[in-house]
Amino acid sequence: MIWGRTHRQHPEFRQGVMDMLGVSPGIAAWGLMTGVAMVKSGMSTAEALLMAGIVFAGSSQLAAIPLILAGAPMWVILATALCVNLRFVVFSVHMRPYVMHLTLRERLVAGYLTGDLTYVLFVKRFARPATDAAGRTGQMAYLVGNGGFNWLSWTVCSVLGVVLANAIPAQWGLGFAGILALLGMLCSLASTKLRWISAAVAGTAAVAAFALPLKLNILTAIAASVVVCLLLEKTALHAPAVPQGGGH
Amino acid sequence: MGEFFTGDTDTWTLLTIVAMACVTVLSRSLFFISAKAWVLPHWAQRGLQYAPIAALAAVIVPEIVMAQGALIHTLQDARLYAAMAGVGYFFWRKGVGQVVLGTIVVGMAVYLPLHIGLGW
Repeated sequence: MIWGRTHRQHPEFRQGVMDMLGVSPGIAAWGLMTGVAMVKSGMSTAEALLMAGIVFAGSSQLAAIPLILAGAPMWVILATALCVNLRFVVFSVHMRPYVMHLTLRERLVAGYLTGDLTYVLFVKRFARPATDAAGRTGQMAYLVGNGGFNWLSWTVCSVLGVVLANAIPAQWGLGFAGILALLGMLCSLASTKLRWISAAVAGTAAVAAFALPLKLNILTAIAASVVVCLLLEKTALHAPAVPQGGGH
Repeated sequence: MGEFFTGDTDTWTLLTIVAMACVTVLSRSLFFISAKAWVLPHWAQRGLQYAPIAALAAVIVPEIVMAQGALIHTLQDARLYAAMAGVGYFFWRKGVGQVVLGTIVVGMAVYLPLHIGLGW
């Protein structure tokens, strides 16, 4: 089991926790404010606690809350949550070769733990899937440490937010710390010129397509930026390089 | 405990929330479910390396430059300066060490006074 002792005592587990630790104040503030938002918008304490404890997807929670309170049909709420989560489907395509050696149950747990930051940190640390058993154990230990710690800080802080909802003024805007955490991650990924272009295209597209329903602007922006970067990569490859010698 | 648990709890809503947790699992592991051998085309493999940063930018940028669904038309917005300060700190430290933590701290140190103090 990837959550068993072999993985928990692996040095990569610790590394995964450490990498998430630096981002966790942002996660904590964001979780806290999501907890506050659930209660302030009118959900009952029991409902808010259940959501804080198991859903583990901030953006889909925030999208679903108004629908739940408006009494929308369950399928509309679930379809909304799925659309807001579509970027995770893209991540799962990327993560597939890293996890297919696991059992189905382990894969589902690995998937549950792979939120935005864990995905970003994981593929940053491991550019390629491991090819041997020891490497795979290390990668999964990192994933469980990183995702597990993220789950813990998010869940504890959301529950705290539910409990302290009336003591924390929402207008302070503490939740902005979550955006700053994501911004710091973005900077740490911006290692090549094409990645900068990727960020710029996606950011612009997400604003331009903001009017799309169900937060589909996010998926549109990812698609647009991947296409643009692939085309630019191709142009760069086919561009006439500096002439070398006398031709044929 | 009557004090602590407020609001009317609806069983249907609780079921919906459990189903939402299932949606989280399903969306994050959609391509893990089938074990059928299948290899991603080469171009898609190349393209996916741009997905993480694109996803982050797509989530972040609207949260910084938009309000109520429209682009902001003012420079008196705490988020702009907080983001600039955070990014500035990140590259000043050349991305070494717990620099994301610093980005959050520096960003909030700029954000909170402007937002709470000046109402930006």
